[in-house]
Amino acid sequence: MTLIDLANPTRFLALTARVLPWLAAATVILLAIGLYQSALAPDDYQQGATVKIMFIHVPNAWLSMFVWGVMSIASLGTLVWRHPLADVAAKAAAPIGAAFTFLALLTGSLWGRPMWGTYWEWDARLTSVLILFLMYLGLMALWRAVDDPSRAARAAAVLTLVGAINLPIIKFSVDWWNTLHQPASVMRMGGPALDKSFLIPLLVMAIAFTLLFVTLHLAAMRNEILRRRVRSLQMMQASRVAFSSETGTGSRQGNASNEAGAA
Amino acid sequence: MMMSLGPYASFIVTSYAAAALVVAILIGWIMLDYRSQTARLRELDRSGVTRRSGRSATDTPRTIS
Repeated sequence: MTLIDLANPTRFLALTARVLPWLAAATVILLAIGLYQSALAPDDYQQGATVKIMFIHVPNAWLSMFVWGVMSIASLGTLVWRHPLADVAAKAAAPIGAAFTFLALLTGSLWGRPMWGTYWEWDARLTSVLILFLMYLGLMALWRAVDDPSRAARAAAVLTLVGAINLPIIKFSVDWWNTLHQPASVMRMGGPALDKSFLIPLLVMAIAFTLLFVTLHLAAMRNEILRRRVRSLQMMQASRVAFSSETGTGSRQGNASNEAGAA
Repeated sequence: MMMSLGPYASFIVTSYAAAALVVAILIGWIMLDYRSQTARLRELDRSGVTRRSGRSATDTPRTIS
């Protein structure tokens, strides 16, 4: 099987049917290991047990940006190659990305209250992630608002690529501005600043959440392909009904004129 | 062994519970959506509406070699 074969929606459905159970099992196992390691991780000398929120907050924050990155690549596929699966991928990823972003904001807020003394601060990192969340919601609304899927796909792809400008702003906001949020401690020059007892559970949880995203994304893409299949069949059904009622009316009119001629 | 979460246990537990709830909602929504779409496709199939390829609307190939 080549990569181009996956561009066929029917082949893609067959692939998802085969890989989804394995992906789901791998996700459950890794999540269980990650949660066990998170529970056993020691308290931080400054933050105490609240450091355990990091094992949920950081993977969700990473994924909030990663999912938009996936959607941006898919948007290029929509605009450059006009491939239908590219739009399916972007549309299916949006609600999942919104959920991860919501969790990043919520868990960050719950972590901030005991550590910073406030649930929310309008600093660069928190505000830019809130903007990302609003952009996810905006994109989902756009897909729902436009009836024609191809028009919706192009508009959403442009909006996604414009919104990708926010990703480096989120990443470097802690370096460019004076923020309450701490600077990067894992992906930074000079290696991670975290001790192994925190870093290993964090990486396991990050991989587990990434697998969760891949599993949910493939399942949501499968649903979107089926939804489009339903839509095209319903349109086919509606056009058949319209055609048969038109021909029925036409034949009745033809019979009426024949009868009038005969009279 | 009982895990001690200190004075901020409610913040930690709420974070994990919220994550579990949101992930459960996502999984539930995707599973219900799949059931709904396959049910609609079967309904269309029964009413005689088929794809241009002639395959059943719910068909997927068994092999992808």
